[in-house]
Amino acid sequence: MTDIAVQVENIGKAYRIAHSTGRRDYKTLQEDIVQLLKRPFGRSDTNAHMETFWALKDLSFTVLRGEAIGIIGHNGAGKSTLLKILSRITKPTEGHAKVSGRVGSLLEVGTGFHPELTGRENVYLNGAILGMLRRDIDIHFDEIVAFAEIEQFLDTPVKRYSSGMYMRLAFAVAAHLKPEILIIDEVLAVGDAAFQKKSMGKMSDAAHSGRTVLFVSHNMSAIENLCTRVLWLDGGRLRAEGSATSIVKQYMDAVERGDLTTRGRSRVQIKRVWLQDEHGQVATTFTPGDTIDIRIAFSTQERFEQPYFSVTIESRMGSVCCANMVFDGRNPAAIEGDGVIGCVFRNMPLMPQPYTVRLVVYSSDAEQYLYESQEIARFNVVGAMSDYAMLGERADHFAQYAVPLVMPYEWLLPDGTCEPVALTRTESAR
Amino acid sequence: MTPSPPHTEIFIQPSKRWVGLDVAELWRYRDLLIILMMRDVKLRYKQTALGIVWVVLQPLIAAIIFAIIFGRFAQLPSGNAPYLLMVFSGLLPWNLFAGALQRAGNSLIGDTRLISKVYFPRIAIPLASSFSVLVDFAVALVVMFFLLLIEGWPLTPNLLALPILVVCALLVSIGVSLFFSALNVYYRDFMYALPFVIQVWMYASPIVYTVEIVPEALKPIYALNPMVGVIEGFRWALLGSGEFPVVPLAISILFGVGLFIAGTFVFQRVEQSFADVI
Repeated sequence: MTDIAVQVENIGKAYRIAHSTGRRDYKTLQEDIVQLLKRPFGRSDTNAHMETFWALKDLSFTVLRGEAIGIIGHNGAGKSTLLKILSRITKPTEGHAKVSGRVGSLLEVGTGFHPELTGRENVYLNGAILGMLRRDIDIHFDEIVAFAEIEQFLDTPVKRYSSGMYMRLAFAVAAHLKPEILIIDEVLAVGDAAFQKKSMGKMSDAAHSGRTVLFVSHNMSAIENLCTRVLWLDGGRLRAEGSATSIVKQYMDAVERGDLTTRGRSRVQIKRVWLQDEHGQVATTFTPGDTIDIRIAFSTQERFEQPYFSVTIESRMGSVCCANMVFDGRNPAAIEGDGVIGCVFRNMPLMPQPYTVRLVVYSSDAEQYLYESQEIARFNVVGAMSDYAMLGERADHFAQYAVPLVMPYEWLLPDGTCEPVALTRTESAR
Repeated sequence: MTPSPPHTEIFIQPSKRWVGLDVAELWRYRDLLIILMMRDVKLRYKQTALGIVWVVLQPLIAAIIFAIIFGRFAQLPSGNAPYLLMVFSGLLPWNLFAGALQRAGNSLIGDTRLISKVYFPRIAIPLASSFSVLVDFAVALVVMFFLLLIEGWPLTPNLLALPILVVCALLVSIGVSLFFSALNVYYRDFMYALPFVIQVWMYASPIVYTVEIVPEALKPIYALNPMVGVIEGFRWALLGSGEFPVVPLAISILFGVGLFIAGTFVFQRVEQSFADVI
């Protein structure tokens, strides 16, 4: 028996990025037929507007059985790509890896839950997706249901569950899978504070009970608590590895200095992005109604006159709101060298959901992209709707899927009363 | 806690161009296949008022409309059997085929979230969708026996061949479905092409008419349609009409097996990059 759980050798992953067609990755048949007629014997990847982008390159490392490994790096460093390769969602372009032991990935809790199916049906569906056989699920079924505390609602479609019930059930299934190698991306840390604590506890159990854990997170204290060793990815390559404390320190220093690789052919580089609350404290979790202050440290070799920045907050449902200099015209006269730009959204009435921030920097004619990223930062808004004079569990559940931005409004009822509604905390909840 | 010996050793390596179906792995995920199939069946009629009644109504109403328009108005010949029986016995395998094609064709797009978040053999998704049509087929078969009973049509020992014919229809369906579902991920055109393909294919198959009215000159080409043998086989088994269609059925089986193998290879080939494209 070997003591190596994961052995990665020279793994590389290339994506082809279409520049002119933008975000659409799939093709229409027409495009390919035209391509085929133009160059009947050429390979399709000689496509002129396609560019190869290495999300990971020459990455090698070994994880011993029972180790808890943290993987850190800024957005775009290749962390998620690495986890996707190890959990076999996508294939590497080069190199190879050997994984010994059953892998369970918690890339997102509740993946594979279908809203129309009942709790019972979803437990089986989700278990089977995670690679369990029916009889394994039978053995653990009662345990899972008890852990999730949903006995009475077993035969209710999960779309009628509160968010709390939904998350508990999803986590219970995943926690009872008992894989030998557990792959965790921090996105699972959605939900309320209590649930985050509970899931951190479960992960810590896994890490301390001799299970092999690969943990990706931006939460440095969680990394230091859970992990014995840390890999630091930068620009798709392994920049350093070693004990959690020393690597986390090196990483934080590099973040402070802005000494991180930014890639792509963008002419403006983004060195660091961070979010602050109204007191200037760095934060990634907010409550409805909080001020969200987005700070972007950029760097450029050239001088750009009148560039336009556009910052968009996006939810799972799409764009929520946007600050765009292209039409507000409040752009800087010029940028050159290093600088910081901030974008403050005051008192954002956002529903408790996960959000991402999208950034585009345009040239002065607003035609060229100097920088573009779908996701420069992520944050979560958490909170109980009952604190905002809304209904309890049901509102919590709907809030997850609701239109994310709730502007203050008033209902004028038939009896003449006026009922104002706003995402502001009630006095009792303060 | 003493670490248990590894159950599995997984080698992760770059895509190969052509890989065969990993039957052993699919077997390990057999319960997923069944659960996905049950999910498809349950979801389809979950919030409908009539539920399972639709499964009966859909082919029955189609058959009655065909019987009125093509049987009464257009006076198409229906061999020695009543037109309604003739058309329903043709619709049975046809709906199995068309249903599998339709559902499997769009199945991968519908499960985007799963594909980009968890690993499992992707082929389970279109397979489960295709198999879920078997439930509709079973119900329609019961309706067929009712119709035979009402018309007082005698059953023959030919009926014993039915299971083989069903397998044959499934092979053809799954083979074609795998092509469509895989290509649909890359070219959304197929989503729009599919209804036309199904419609044209239906009229190119002996459903509202019998093979007898096909001009002799066209017959060799006509027989290349793998559904011809299956449909004729169904009529032979259920109505006892005509002779056992040896040649067309042989073509169906040949095509069925060929399409199935080619379909799995094409599927496995494009499957490797689904998560990057979908």
